[in-house]
Amino acid sequence: MTSVPYEQPPSREGPGRRLSRFFYRHPRLSLALLLAVPLGWLVVAYLGSLVVLLLASVWNTDPFTSEVVHTYTFDNFRRLFDEPVYRDVAWRTIKMAAFVTVADAILAFPIAYYMARVASPRTRNLLVVAVLMPLWASYLVKAYAWRTILSGAGVLNWALGPLGVSFDGYSTTGLWLVFTYLWLPFMILPVYAGLERIPPSLLEASADLGGKSLRTFFRVTLPLTFPAVVAGSIFTFSLTLGDYIAPKLITSQQFIGTVIYDNHGTNLPVAAAFTLVPIVVMVVYLLVARRLHAFEAL
Amino acid sequence: MTRQHRRVAGWAAAVLLVGALAFVAAGCGGGGGGGGGGGDTGSQASTAIDGLGTTLDEIKSKAKDEGEVDLVEWPGYADKSWSNQFTKTTGCKVVTKDGGTSDEMIDLISTGQYDGVSASGNASVRLMKRGDVAPVNTDLIPNYADVAPGLKNRDYNSMDGQPYGVPHGRGPNLLMWRSDVVKPAPNSWSAIWSPSSTVKKKISIYDDSIFIADAALYLKATKPDLKIDNPYQLNDEQFTAAVNLLKSLKPNVGEWWADYAKQIQSYANKDVVIGTTWPYQENILKGDKKPVAAVKPKEGTTGWSDTWMIYSKAAHPNCMYLWMNYIISPQANAKVAEWFGEAPSNPKACAYTTDKNFCTAMHANDEAYWKNIYYWTTPTADCGGKGGTCKTQKDWVNAWTEIRG
Repeated sequence: MTSVPYEQPPSREGPGRRLSRFFYRHPRLSLALLLAVPLGWLVVAYLGSLVVLLLASVWNTDPFTSEVVHTYTFDNFRRLFDEPVYRDVAWRTIKMAAFVTVADAILAFPIAYYMARVASPRTRNLLVVAVLMPLWASYLVKAYAWRTILSGAGVLNWALGPLGVSFDGYSTTGLWLVFTYLWLPFMILPVYAGLERIPPSLLEASADLGGKSLRTFFRVTLPLTFPAVVAGSIFTFSLTLGDYIAPKLITSQQFIGTVIYDNHGTNLPVAAAFTLVPIVVMVVYLLVARRLHAFEAL
Repeated sequence: MTRQHRRVAGWAAAVLLVGALAFVAAGCGGGGGGGGGGGDTGSQASTAIDGLGTTLDEIKSKAKDEGEVDLVEWPGYADKSWSNQFTKTTGCKVVTKDGGTSDEMIDLISTGQYDGVSASGNASVRLMKRGDVAPVNTDLIPNYADVAPGLKNRDYNSMDGQPYGVPHGRGPNLLMWRSDVVKPAPNSWSAIWSPSSTVKKKISIYDDSIFIADAALYLKATKPDLKIDNPYQLNDEQFTAAVNLLKSLKPNVGEWWADYAKQIQSYANKDVVIGTTWPYQENILKGDKKPVAAVKPKEGTTGWSDTWMIYSKAAHPNCMYLWMNYIISPQANAKVAEWFGEAPSNPKACAYTTDKNFCTAMHANDEAYWKNIYYWTTPTADCGGKGGTCKTQKDWVNAWTEIRG
């Protein structure tokens, strides 16, 4: 501030203007206030519940009433290691997530490629809507619909009938089909965005240097879209890892989600301890995805 | 972000994190105290609930202000065909939430969002011990006087002689099959435990740890040297035998159900052809003209005797009291019994069923029929007070995860 008095009309300055000037002078305060609500939400609601979850995993339950007893024990983790069933379930779930991710990547790539490179703008818009449309329908409706499709008396077996094939729909393979269907849009959209981002000049350069279309695809397009595929796989993998409704409806097999669901009422600490498995798997997955530059493609 | 901004954000996050942890720690401490207190109040039963009227007239007028009652129910227990009538006379709108298993019901009621629950024996005892449900003043429930005396003051609906709700009805878990596939009609649980090749991989089994009792019940009949008396109170050897029997059943199971709608669909589509069920599913499937038949097999069966109980901190206690009175009134009790396929708790209901033979068919007043029906109850370490060491509820739940594999 200079000592020269400049004409200041305090009478005409409203409180709003004064407030805005105050914040302009205190940028740190304005930043803190701006972030308080979203950060508060993130820390209290999100991290807070994770902390409770971790705490719950070392608690005990009353053997009669199944109430949580606040005495500390590592028995829940010991159970997870000693009982082979938890290992089997975790491994089965991770395998399912991996197979669903691979299937979705294979299905999504041609669709995304067509949308980004071949289709006219009009068709492209229609396709984007078509890809997004299933997300508007309730998840439960889709899962129940698949239950009907996969039934022994369902349309799938009706179609396979003349070929002399019968398909046991309520199986791991059936569930794989359902998951692949459910999460496909989550793979298509990042891959489509990734393909769109490739500058046409790179493809022209490849052609100028004598690259045939196949070679251009494998040496230029595919490596440049790979981070986008990994980005999409984060969704397909994690969504499969945590889901319990589709496994409950389609199969008799247990998955991580169904074991947690079945135990959360009567054996909360074991359920909480078991949630650490998908958390650890996802942390590792995200670290690998980061190395593959997937986060820049999100 | 500049370094300065980053520092501000870092501080804000740190402050919030500390706040969150303090908040969480406070919440946990509070929860622990409440839980401990709940368990001790059982001996000094007071039927008082905040806001509950002290006379029937007061309850009726207060219920008009509440205008709603939220119920956790077995599917169909508060169906519109009789709950609308209740709403009309009391002004309490009925909001329902289906439970698939007793564990699910305990889970739902402990959220604190409901006023009452139709609890089976394996939920009711735990709910009483936890203090989640309150003792009831039966003077404020006029229809209670009409309930069959044999159903009153049992260990699953009372504590220290104090009733904790009103008996609703009872029924068996049945063996149900597709009569166009399974021939001749079975009369023994061996139809699922040592299945013929036509039903392999097409068996429908209830997906809850309480089903271990069904295995124990079969062993009680077929392996007398195990000396199983009560299928819910099993020692080490008996429990292991039941679990092993279930593990041998697993490859033959087509579907595990806890969602009745899912089971109905599977029977309708012939994806399963035999299994255990409630009379409710049998009624629905027969109503849809599906070829199914169900029976109480010769070994006896597991079953349930249900009690409407009031949540100890119910938000609408007056409506809940009126509901408990309404559901055991002869007319409503007759409707729900016939709809679900169970024996009504109020013998006067037998005069109001549409099928005049319903009570006879359900053996409502034929105690000999109920002799070999073992009502769901909670497994306890002291073998239900009989002495010895038995497997607990927790052991059953853990074993169920292993059985499902």
